Amino acid sequence: MSDLVNEEKPVLSLRGLTTHFKTDLGVVKAVDGLDLDLPAGATLGIVGESGCGKSTVGLSIMKLIPEPPGRIAGGEIIFEGEDLTKLSNREMRSVRGNKISMIFQEPMTSLNPVLRIGETLSEVIRAHQKIPRKAAWEKSIEALDQVRIPSARVRINDYPHEMSGGMRQRVMIALAICCNPTLIIADEPTTALDVTIQAQILFLLGRIKKTLGTSIILITHDLGVIAENTEKVAVMYAGRLVEYADTATLFDNPLHPYTQGLVLTVPRLGARKEKKSRLNVIPGLVPNLLGLGPGCHFADRCTQVMEVCRNLKPEICIHHEKHLVRCWRYA
Amino acid sequence: MQDVADHTARLEIPRQTFRSLAWRRFLRHRLALAGTVIVAVIVLMAVFAPWLAPHDPNHVDILLAREGPSWGHLLGSDLVGRDVLSRLIYGSRVSLSVGLFAVTVYVLIGLILGCVAGYFGGWVDMVVSRMVDAVLSFPVLMLILVIVGLLGPSLFNIILVLGFLGWPEVARIVRGQTLAVREELYVLSSEAAGAPSSRIVIKDILPNIMSPVIVNATFGVARAILIEAGLSFLGMGVQPPTSSWGNMLNDAQSLSILETMPWMWVPPGMMIFIATISINFVGDGLRDALDPKLN
Repeated sequence: MSDLVNEEKPVLSLRGLTTHFKTDLGVVKAVDGLDLDLPAGATLGIVGESGCGKSTVGLSIMKLIPEPPGRIAGGEIIFEGEDLTKLSNREMRSVRGNKISMIFQEPMTSLNPVLRIGETLSEVIRAHQKIPRKAAWEKSIEALDQVRIPSARVRINDYPHEMSGGMRQRVMIALAICCNPTLIIADEPTTALDVTIQAQILFLLGRIKKTLGTSIILITHDLGVIAENTEKVAVMYAGRLVEYADTATLFDNPLHPYTQGLVLTVPRLGARKEKKSRLNVIPGLVPNLLGLGPGCHFADRCTQVMEVCRNLKPEICIHHEKHLVRCWRYA
Repeated sequence: MQDVADHTARLEIPRQTFRSLAWRRFLRHRLALAGTVIVAVIVLMAVFAPWLAPHDPNHVDILLAREGPSWGHLLGSDLVGRDVLSRLIYGSRVSLSVGLFAVTVYVLIGLILGCVAGYFGGWVDMVVSRMVDAVLSFPVLMLILVIVGLLGPSLFNIILVLGFLGWPEVARIVRGQTLAVREELYVLSSEAAGAPSSRIVIKDILPNIMSPVIVNATFGVARAILIEAGLSFLGMGVQPPTSSWGNMLNDAQSLSILETMPWMWVPPGMMIFIATISINFVGDGLRDALDPKLN
């Protein structure tokens, strides 16, 4: 798998990406100066608690932040050498679904209930390629075959409500890959599915990456999913990147106290026998993004908090090769 | 593991599309079913009027004036000796065309404005909503009388006036529904797939908001028929010699006719009543059948 990963040539680079939401109580910095590289052919996991801004990152890359109240307030999204933030709506439409596509969390509601899935698929294909209806239909069947929907030629006539959640998520993946995108953003693609289906869907995504050479951003809160399906991990907290490393490195040697906490919270079979009858938790809640202090956003929940943490924001530092962390302990 | 999906045999369940489900619920609604049959009969009557009418509806025969029902003229004849039954049959054409065309006009206007307002929001929404408020705050009947008075009473003008005054209600429904549907994930996923706004509105939004519009349109047909009848009764509607149910009632403004010659006004009155109540039953049935909450 890793020989496909090209470290030198990132397919996507975020530089200081900042996304704001205006609320009645003030401006929420949902994503705050995010720098991130996605090597071509790799799967990058973005992990964090609810409300840490990970989904906002996905929508920002697609420029689908509802506006107002949201706004990409700054930074660059460099995709294939082009800054997406500078593209017009029309230009952006030819990127969406074509070069970058997205898979959402809720397969049950992500498909238009009044269209046969074949119509939905052909619509997308015909939005990007000038081909006749019939050819688009054939391509749709191909895409359904690729996501291993049995008897695709028959099921293409189904309405979404005639399919199970797992099947619908496969259709969503078919939608995402039908125009051979360079990048797929999968926002919690398995959260709404039960565990056996989760495994199938993740396996499918992995296979697509290998056969089509697509890069994937996998947004999830599930560390198990991250561990098994990604080469790179970015840990986000309160809109900022706190740690970035190769997946193996991160799990072997988590540096940031938050990451350490996350890794510890994963329940393990047999843990009870080791006289640890309770699940580990990180104390406290995600801070309110409206009232962030001057220091490290994690300081209030951190077990290793120091004086400096409460007063000054830590910068990203390079711990060792390709392991980035935002923490005063390593500065 | 990749083969798991291949082995999942397709469960054979009869297809239950929304349409078939709605259709079954509609069939269970007895009154709606009866209403549909009656409406169908009236439609056939209008379409085949020339073959069904026993006499020329406009043929004046003074010798027959005010004759009661007889075998030659089943519903008798009117003040100037025209066959009431024939006029009744031809009158259905007027009522139905007013209902259908006026409603078509205003549903189209309402759909377009409502969708645009709901989907794009912002100042467009602002302008459309204020227009809705403005039109809704006119006293409609007065306005219709004034406009028809200015333009001159005719079938076409009535359709036009009703068409251009009826849209606010539809626009309001459509706007509300559009606002709700726009937030659906499938709209976001269409956007994420690069679909242009026009396609999102036509493929994703319109089909998902049509149910309440169809119901409203059905009731609208009945209402338009009533208004046409009212206008014609007042002499502001369809002008003689063309017959309409409303202007046939016009004759009944005289007390002697009201008391002694019921064949002139009871049949058109009954037709107006039967047509509107049947259409309203159909509307009731559609409302129940298309209600997604019952799905």
